[in-house]
Amino acid sequence: MTLALAGNQNCGKTTLFNQLTGSNQRVGNFPGVTVEQKTGEITGQKQVSIVDLPGIYSLSPYTDEEMVTRDFLLRKNPDGIVNIIDATNIERNLYLTLQLIELQIPMTVALNMMDEVQANNGSIDIPLLEESLGVPVVPISAVKRMGIGELTEKATETAKLRRRPQRIDFCAGPVHRAIHAVAHMIEDHAQDAGVPVRFAATRLVEGDGPLTELLNLNENERDMIDHAVKEMEISLETDREAAMADMRYQFIEEVSRKCVKHMGESREYKRSIRLDTVLTGKFWAIPAFLGIMLLVFWLTFGVIGQRLSDLLVLGLDAAGGLIDSGLTAYGLNPVIRSLIMDGAYAGVASVLGFVPIIVTLFFFMSMLEDSGYMARVAYVMDKPLRKIGLSGRSFVPMLMGFGCTVPAVMATRTLASARDKKMTIMLTPFMSCSAKLPIYALFTAAFFPKYQALVMTGLYVTGILLGVLTAFVLNKTVFKGAPVPFVMELPNYRFPSVKTVLLLMWDKAKDFIIRAFTIIFAATVVIWFLQTFDARFNVVTDSADSILAAIGRSVSVLLAPVGFADWRVSTSLITGFMAKEAVIGSLAVLMDAGAAELGGSLGQIFSPAAAFSFLTFTLLYTPCVAAVATVRKELGSVKGAALVVAYQMAVAWVAAFAVYNLTEIFI
Amino acid sequence: MTLRNLPIGSSGRVLSVGGEKVLRHRLLEMGITPRTVIKVRKAAPLGDPVELLLRGYVLTLRLDDAEKITVEEVAAE
Repeated sequence: MTLALAGNQNCGKTTLFNQLTGSNQRVGNFPGVTVEQKTGEITGQKQVSIVDLPGIYSLSPYTDEEMVTRDFLLRKNPDGIVNIIDATNIERNLYLTLQLIELQIPMTVALNMMDEVQANNGSIDIPLLEESLGVPVVPISAVKRMGIGELTEKATETAKLRRRPQRIDFCAGPVHRAIHAVAHMIEDHAQDAGVPVRFAATRLVEGDGPLTELLNLNENERDMIDHAVKEMEISLETDREAAMADMRYQFIEEVSRKCVKHMGESREYKRSIRLDTVLTGKFWAIPAFLGIMLLVFWLTFGVIGQRLSDLLVLGLDAAGGLIDSGLTAYGLNPVIRSLIMDGAYAGVASVLGFVPIIVTLFFFMSMLEDSGYMARVAYVMDKPLRKIGLSGRSFVPMLMGFGCTVPAVMATRTLASARDKKMTIMLTPFMSCSAKLPIYALFTAAFFPKYQALVMTGLYVTGILLGVLTAFVLNKTVFKGAPVPFVMELPNYRFPSVKTVLLLMWDKAKDFIIRAFTIIFAATVVIWFLQTFDARFNVVTDSADSILAAIGRSVSVLLAPVGFADWRVSTSLITGFMAKEAVIGSLAVLMDAGAAELGGSLGQIFSPAAAFSFLTFTLLYTPCVAAVATVRKELGSVKGAALVVAYQMAVAWVAAFAVYNLTEIFI
Repeated sequence: MTLRNLPIGSSGRVLSVGGEKVLRHRLLEMGITPRTVIKVRKAAPLGDPVELLLRGYVLTLRLDDAEKITVEEVAAE
C-alpha cells in the first residue's frame, strides 16, 4: 500500500516524514525533472510505504513541484493521501486541502503544531473540522512526536477501507452552477483520461491548459465550458481565477470561524518579531548575516570540519600505510600495488577527506534553513540579486561556494524554479572555493609578498564580478523570460528537529561517499594510469616520460599564450581537475622540490606575469571532478555539466590571456 | 491606491488583484483575495521586498508585485 504525503512548505512535512519512516528512506527523482522524490516504509506497519511529495501551495500547473505532485496523485494512484497542515496557519494551509479533497483519494489530515496552538491557549474543534471537511483529522506535533501513532493508524485504515472524502462541494451560487455544468459535460472525458471528474471540472473552470489538453475536449465542448465560465464571471463581476480562489477562501474562513478558537499573537510569533528587529532590521540585518556566515565558515573550515577532516586523513593515511606494507609483504607486483595505493586508495581517500567538511557545513546550513533564517536571508538579499535576474533564494548556495562547490551545488535543490537552479549552478564555480586557497597562498607569497592580501582579495572579487557578468549575460540570453515570482512566506523561527538535521547530514554524506566510490574512483584510476605509463605502456621511472606529461606537453601548446609554456604547469593543472589541492602537490613532485623549497623554485618556470596569469587561471578553470559530478547530478544532464566545464575553461583562458599580456606590458 | 503605496505599519483591504498570470495566481492562492485585510509590517533593509501580515501569517512581496494589488486603507484593528 502506498500513501502520499502532501502539504505546504514550512508546515513540518519533512519532520513528519522522518518521524513516520525513520531512516528507512530511499531517495530518487521524479521522472523527467530534478525534483527529489523520497519514499519510506512506515515504521510499525506492514508494507505501507509513503512518498514525500514536494512542498506546494496548490495544485495549479505552474511549477515543476506542482506538476510533479499532480502527476503523482493522478497517475500513480496512491491508496491514500496524508495531508499535513500547520494548525497555527490554518487558513492558508486549508487551501491545498480543498484541492486535494477534489481528487477523491482516501485522505487523512494531519493537523501539525497542535502543541503550539495549545501552549498559546488556542483550541481547534476537531470533530467539527472533520465534519466540515468530510475527512478524518488527527492532531499531531511532528517535532514532539505526538499523535504519530494515531495518525499512522487512521491513515492506513482510511486507505485500506477506501474511505473517500465525504464532501466535495465547498461552493455556492454562480461558482457552484459553473462547476456542476462543466462536471456534467466532461464526465466521460474525465473517466477516459482517468482524472477525477470533480477535480477536472474545478480545474477547467479555473482555467488549466495542461488538463484541457489531457481531456481531449472537442471544439463544441470547449465553447460550452467557456460559456459556463463567462456566465459565472458576469454574475460575480470578477474573473475565473479570482472567483475560484475567493470561493475557497470564503469556505475556509467560515470553517475557521466555526472550528478555531484563535490564540491571538502566539509566543512564537512574538519571538520571531523580536529576533527580526535585529536579523532583518534596517541596520543590523547585513552585519548579522555576515557575522553568522563567518561563524559558520570558521567553525566548518577552521575548527570542527577541518579538524575532523584532518583526523580522518590521518586515519586514512595510517590505514593506507598498513595496507601498503601488507601488499608489499605479500610481494604483490609493484605496478598493481601502485594502482591500488597511489591510484585508487589515494584518490578515494583524498575525496573522503572532504566528507567531514561537507557534513559539518550541511549541519549548520540545515540548522539555519529549518530554523527559518534562510528565508530571511533570501528576503534581505533579494533586491541586489534581482538585478542579475535571480532571487534572494540563490544567495545561500552561491555563498556556500566559497567553502566548497560540492555542497553549494547540492544546496540549489531548495530553489523554486528550474531556471533559477540552473543559473545558480552556473554561477557557483565562480565563487572561489577554499581548496584553491593553498595555491593562492603559495603563489602570492612567492611572487607578490608585499601585496599578498591585495592580490588574494583581487582574486575573490574577480571571481564574483565574472560570476555577476555571467549571470547578467545568461539572464539576457539563454535564460530570458520571467523569473518565478518571489512570493515567499516568512515562517516563525522554530527549533529544528534533531532527527531531521541528522538525517539530512547522513543523506549528504551518503550522496558524496557514493560518488567518491564511483565516478571519482574511476577518474583517479585513469589519472594514475596516465601518470604511471608511457605511450608504449612501460612503467615510467621519471614522471616526465609518462602519458600524462605527454598530454601536459600538448596542452601546453594551448596554454603557451597565457604564459604556461612549461609542460609541468599544464600537468599540474590537469591533476587539479581531481582536486584543487593536487595542483601544489603535483608541482612539488614535478619540480622535484620539497614543500619548503617549492615557493623558491617556482621562479624557474613562472615569470611574475605568468604567476599572475596562473592565479587567474586556477581561480576560474574547471571545477574539480567531485564538483563536476555534483553538477551533473543536479542538472540531471551530462551535457549540462560538460557545458559548465567548457564555459569555465573558456572564461579562464580568456581572463588569464588578458592578465598575462597586460601584466607583460605594464611590468 | 496600491499595496505599494500603503505606508509601513498601516493596513489595507484588497480591492483587486492584478499582475501576470503566474504571479496573479500565486497571489490569490497565497490568500490575497478581494476583501482580505493586509497589514504592511516592514520593509527589507534595502527597502524592497516588504513584509505583509495576512490570514495570520507573514508573506514577503516585491514592491513591483505589490503594485499590482489595489487596496483601500483601513484602520488597524
